[in-house]
Amino acid sequence: MIRGGITLIAAALAYEALARSGIFAQVLLPTIPTVLRTLYAMMLDGTMPLHAAYTLYRVLFGFFLAVTFALPLGIAMARFKRVENFFLPLVSALMPIPSFSLVPLFMLWFGIGNLTTILIVFYAASFPMLFNTWSGVRSVNPLWLRAAGSMGADEQRLFWKVIIPGASPFIITGMRQAFLRCWIAVVGAEMIAASDWGLGWVIFDAKEFLNADVMLASLIVIGAIGFLFERLVFGSLERFTVYRWGMVRMAKG
Amino acid sequence: MQDAATIVMHSAPPAAPGAGRERWRALARNAFPFIVVGTLWEIVAWAGLFPHQLFPTLEEIARAFVDLTIAGILPHHAIETLLRLLAGFSFAASFGVSIGMLMGRSRRAEDCMLPLVSILAPIPGLAYTPLFLLWFGPGEVSAVLLVGFVSMFPVIYNTWTGVKAVKEIWLRSAQSMGASDRRIFRHVILPGALPYILTGLRLGLGQAWRILVAVEMLAAVPWGLGWLIFGAREFLNTDAMMAGVIVIALIGLALEKFVFQKLERYTVVRWGMVTAS
Repeated sequence: MIRGGITLIAAALAYEALARSGIFAQVLLPTIPTVLRTLYAMMLDGTMPLHAAYTLYRVLFGFFLAVTFALPLGIAMARFKRVENFFLPLVSALMPIPSFSLVPLFMLWFGIGNLTTILIVFYAASFPMLFNTWSGVRSVNPLWLRAAGSMGADEQRLFWKVIIPGASPFIITGMRQAFLRCWIAVVGAEMIAASDWGLGWVIFDAKEFLNADVMLASLIVIGAIGFLFERLVFGSLERFTVYRWGMVRMAKG
Repeated sequence: MQDAATIVMHSAPPAAPGAGRERWRALARNAFPFIVVGTLWEIVAWAGLFPHQLFPTLEEIARAFVDLTIAGILPHHAIETLLRLLAGFSFAASFGVSIGMLMGRSRRAEDCMLPLVSILAPIPGLAYTPLFLLWFGPGEVSAVLLVGFVSMFPVIYNTWTGVKAVKEIWLRSAQSMGASDRRIFRHVILPGALPYILTGLRLGLGQAWRILVAVEMLAAVPWGLGWLIFGAREFLNTDAMMAGVIVIALIGLALEKFVFQKLERYTVVRWGMVTAS
């Protein structure tokens, strides 16, 4: 911990020296106090929180849509052969298309702004969610199913008490991966399908005016939010479900 | 991305001798959803719910695809994109593996690099784009550097984990049998860490491929599939856009089938250290 701090301070000092040396133009490589001052000013006048709020709204909406769509579909695909036969070829054809390549198309169809961004986020998040749910439900030990069945559990109890907890490590991993993808997708989509608000848009817009300090300040905010979600939200989600149910984390990655 | 490959594998018909009929049925089963979706698309396109310009029929998309391919435009874009992917990924692979190795082997390097890596890695790669454009100017250099920089992180992480995961007892037994540092590295550490390294490379390549298209849109490169799609939007050439997306999908599929899957099988079979997921 202390060593890490020393490294970071050293890196910051090296950066500061480079920025002050004047080898690169001051506008391109602002000093750290400048960046922090910009961040502070943007926080105070409310623009940065608003940008962050827009981005969070888009990413959470898209993520929520993806979970509500992909979770049931993934379960259905794993449980019913017919559903799997229909959707599997489609999914495997669509999955390798990077979400960003659809941005221009969506811009034509849905215009610039919230809808396009949310749909791109939705697209990006759906596949990891779907795939992990599907393989999670499929990998539930058949022995447990038969054991529960022979002990007289009905279909509903089987589903809630065996299948869902059994598949939970995969589902949570899927959510984690999906959120990571969402976070990447939202920044990119905001850059390309520029609207007026959003962290991705700020960064890209700042380039036009050579405001490198605004760019770095937004980068800090983006990094901080991503970090918080990864550690706090998904970390605690995992503790409350997977660990509590005594399922070991299996799939990682 | 390897996930999709598994799906493709899974849905591929088993090639049993004398099971020709079974094979046709499997083929028909896989084609059926596409036919349904294609028909729906045609109906919507013909019904004129959306302006024709924005929602072309499948024939028009196919025609655009064929025309652009014959004119050599589509292949040119695709080759430029692939070269850029290759350049960026080789950058990521060489730097990522070296840094990861260094971090795994030397305590000091680990202390130096780990905080930096763990701060830079979680920021979505594309967020660096404007910064790179500002520093290195729009065009080729920025695009390649950015793709390389972003896809480097999974390589670093996995290489580092892999080197650390080499069992201490193997190292000690090699040492006590009198192996030199060089031999230990070559014959113990490298094979031990290789499955992890390959996983890292696979993840890195997937990441590079996912952001490359967006980078091409933003970095104003003269050729490239991302640029093709983005440029076609200006002229409402939806059919050319769809043709570009199809090529992107085909390249993505090919990457999975011929690169990721091969890589995975190679490690699984050869070292027997990873279980097939």
